[in-house]
Amino acid sequence: MAEAIAFYTLSILILGLGVAVITTPRTVHSVVFLVLNFLCVAVLYVVLQAEFLAVIQILVYAGGIVVLYLFVVMLVNLKRQPEEHQDPRRLAKVGLGLTGAMLLELAAIVVYSYSREPSSVTAPSPAFPVQGNIEQLGWLLYTDYLIPFEVASVLLLVAMVGAIILARREL
Amino acid sequence: MLEITPAHYTILSAALFSIGVIGVLVRRNIIIVFMAIELMLNAVNINLVAYAQQLQNLIGQVFVVFVIAVAAAEAAVGLGILLAFYRNKETVNIDEMNVMRW
Repeated sequence: MAEAIAFYTLSILILGLGVAVITTPRTVHSVVFLVLNFLCVAVLYVVLQAEFLAVIQILVYAGGIVVLYLFVVMLVNLKRQPEEHQDPRRLAKVGLGLTGAMLLELAAIVVYSYSREPSSVTAPSPAFPVQGNIEQLGWLLYTDYLIPFEVASVLLLVAMVGAIILARREL
Repeated sequence: MLEITPAHYTILSAALFSIGVIGVLVRRNIIIVFMAIELMLNAVNINLVAYAQQLQNLIGQVFVVFVIAVAAAEAAVGLGILLAFYRNKETVNIDEMNVMRW
């Protein structure tokens, strides 16, 4: 019951804020709605017993990425409305139609997969020598997923170097 | 209705993903297009976490950690490109970003 109330409230908030992000005319308002959206998703992670990811969501998304977006919105000092210029060859209606087709496809997949016999397959994690969400996630990251973890760190390093080079004055 | 199954989370995720797709296809301000991409990444993460909880398997959550890392890298590089472009062309409208269009 409690989970249902939390899920429906959070779903309405997440979807409403998502619509607000892509419909508000002012970019700064859009960024603020995006922060609220990320915070709601973090609460949803808590409902799903993923406490570590909720903290990471708030730290990385709501704290880091969105601040980056805000900086860029402030740096990009627009003299005219960004949506003013319309390319006559742009097919926005076709885009909406394609989105509808994609939504139909997703709905068909969901309906199909739940109309079949529910498979009782569970794939529980192997026994951990530690207890708790954060400890077990750390255990997995530093044992089975050590190499992907290191590759991700290299990716972040490359992204940092690339961003600094791209944002330099004399490109 | 009152029991929340993974199907509910899948539907929420599909709806959020569609909102992101609409944003990418319809808006012309590239900053908002980037934000719509972040919405889509979040939709995928919700799915992964929901199934990680359903199957009692933490590997889904490990994937979400990597998705968040890639999203951070994408945001940094994408916004760097956007700033460089803005310095040269004074626009963030994707309809005017047609230098490399054939």
